[in-house]
Parts: sequence; C-alpha cells; structure tokens
Amino acid sequence: MNNLKVLLNGIVRENPTFVLLLGMCPTLGTTSSALNGMSMGLATTAVLLFSNLIISLLKSLIPDMVRIPSFIVVIASLVTILQMCIKAYAPSVDASLGLFIPLIVVNCIILGRAEAFAAKNTAVASAFDGLGMGIGFTIALTLLGAVREILGTGHVFSLSVFPDQYGALVFVLAPGAFIALGYLIAIVNKLKK
Amino acid sequence: MAYILIFITAIFVNNIVLSQFLGICPFLGVSKKVETATGMGAAVAFVLTLATLVTYLLQKYVLEPCGLAYLQTIAFILVIAALVQMVEIILKKVSPSLYQALGVFLPLITTNCCILGVAILVASGTYDSAGMEPGLLSGVWFALCTALGFALALIVFAGIREQLSMMAVPKGLQGMSIALITAGLLAMAFMGFSGVNNGLTKVFGL
Repeated sequence: MNNLKVLLNGIVRENPTFVLLLGMCPTLGTTSSALNGMSMGLATTAVLLFSNLIISLLKSLIPDMVRIPSFIVVIASLVTILQMCIKAYAPSVDASLGLFIPLIVVNCIILGRAEAFAAKNTAVASAFDGLGMGIGFTIALTLLGAVREILGTGHVFSLSVFPDQYGALVFVLAPGAFIALGYLIAIVNKLKK
Repeated sequence: MAYILIFITAIFVNNIVLSQFLGICPFLGVSKKVETATGMGAAVAFVLTLATLVTYLLQKYVLEPCGLAYLQTIAFILVIAALVQMVEIILKKVSPSLYQALGVFLPLITTNCCILGVAILVASGTYDSAGMEPGLLSGVWFALCTALGFALALIVFAGIREQLSMMAVPKGLQGMSIALITAGLLAMAFMGFSGVNNGLTKVFGL
C-alpha cells in the first residue's frame, strides 16, 4: 500500500516534468516525436530505478562528506552500461537520441531523487520511487512528443490525424518545444486547482 | 576565417540553449535578474572553456591510448566536478571579488549539461568545426564561442523576464509557463539566423 503511494507520487503529485520542473534539457531536446520522447523516458526510468536501488543499498557505506561525488559515479556507471546496451541492441534509438544519452548523467531528476529519497529510505521504497518518477517522466515526455508531432506533422506514432501539409513545422523545431511545454504546464496548473 | 565562422555559427545559428537544448536548467532557473544572469554566463564561459581543454587532453592522451574510451562519461563528469571545485578554491584565493560575484553559481555548474555536452562533442570531434580538421585549438575556440552564446541567450532572456515581471499575466500562465513561451518566442527570433552559416561559408570561400 505504502509503496503504491510512493509509486503514484512520482507519476501524479510530484511529476518531475510538470510539477517539479526538473530535467528540462532532455524534455525539450528529445521530444521532436512521441517515439523519441518515449525512448528517452524509458532510458531515464531504467537509470533512475537502478540508481535509486543501488544508492539506497550503499547509503550506510558512503561517508556523508563525499556523498554527491559517489552518487555521480554510480549514476555515470549506470549510464555508461545503458549507453552500451542501446548502442548494441537499438542503434536507431542511439542515432535519434545521440548526445542526450550520456547527458542522462547530469539530469537533475536522478541526482535529485538520490539525494532526496534514496539516501533516506529503504531499498524497496527507493526502487518504487525511482520507478514512479521514471514513469511520470516517460508519460510527460511521450505527451509532449505527441503534441509536438501532431501539431507539427499531423501524425503520431504511425497514426495519421490530418494530412501532412497542414502541419505547423515550427512545433517540431526548437521554438515549438518551448511553447508546447509552456502551454502544457499551464493546462496542468489549471487542472491542479 | 574559419574561426570567425565558428564564432558566428556557435553563438547565433546553433545557439546552445535555444536550438540545441543544452543548459536549459540554469537558463530557466537563474534568469530572473540581468545581474545574476551575467554572473552565471561568465562562470559558465570560464568553466566550459577550461573543462573542454582538460577533457580533450584526457581523451586524446589517456583514455584512447589505454583503450578506455568507454569510460568517457564517468571520467568527464569527475573531471568537471573536480575542475569546478578547483576553480572555486583558486578564485577564492586569487580574486575574492570575482569569487563573491560568482560564488553561488559555481557549484551549480557541475550539473549544467552544456558543459558535459560540449566536452563530449569536442572530444569525439562531432562539433561543427567549419570545415577544419577537429583539433584542440578549434575545439577550445568552439567551446568558448558556445559559452558566449549561452551567456548571450541567458542575458537577453533575463532582460525580457525583468520586463515581463511588471506585466499582468493570466493566472494559469504565471511562473514557468509564461517563461517557457517567452523562451519559445526568443528561439523563434534566433531561427532568423538559420542559413547565415551557409552563406558565410560561400562568402569566405571555405
């Protein structure tokens, strides 16, 4: 029951993108399509889950003084493993996300959750927190990617909504990312009240 | 001439924040006042140039000869964290006034993704080097220009936000929402520079 609450906390109440506003670089940079957004979200979820788990298991061994560097080393190792797996098994994902895969290391959500949750809670709860935050992030990125892709090209995943030539290309380009996310956050703010 | 082209391309055409989406966190976080934005811009410019220099040498003379290129991410982030710490200590001793001005922003820079991003781009030689062979000099110059582009975007955005804070904004859009839409419009303005680099390449005959 308690773990379920922790899981839902990351998805709804403390959604990393819409509520905490963390990890904006991958949110804007990789959501040119819904599929790209989702792959980035899933990659981040994998890192978050394992980093939270490992850090909460190691928390009694890590001296308080070198806490942050130790967390970064754990996260960077996980990202390196993930990067190698993606390169080996999903080269198309590697090609479309490119630089943003190694940059998962400096995504503030991961270090933020390690510091705020995993360093204080049990391994199981931390794993659920990582999973919840990851799912919340994935949902947000997929949603933003879908909005940008529909407005920009008229189709989402492989589903066609309206003909290609009516798409506003600006939503696939850089300015559209900022504007679409701005309005999505406004809608979330409205719904929260 | 190629250096001038890198300068213009990195600052205006492929602005690191507004078209590459790196360093968004400080861009949104410390852009409420022009003064703090200038401080952050200067600190990033300093660390980014230094970090690129060190990580490039590390990649070329340590990681690659030893066959450890897969450790790139881990090695780079540690170098950047150590470098930020070192810069902080040195500045405190050498120029207390500059340290005072940058103080708060220095530790924040470690998690600024434009530092790691540019370091990886330069070390792997995949940055836009205007037709030159990717190397140390053009790489560091690219890093410096990118950092100036970051500072420019940050300061311009802070100026707009200062004005914006005096306006009446609809309730739902207040806060981050209107900031993001403003950033979108600013990015649109910077899109006006797209293609300038191709024209200059022709003019310079590169």
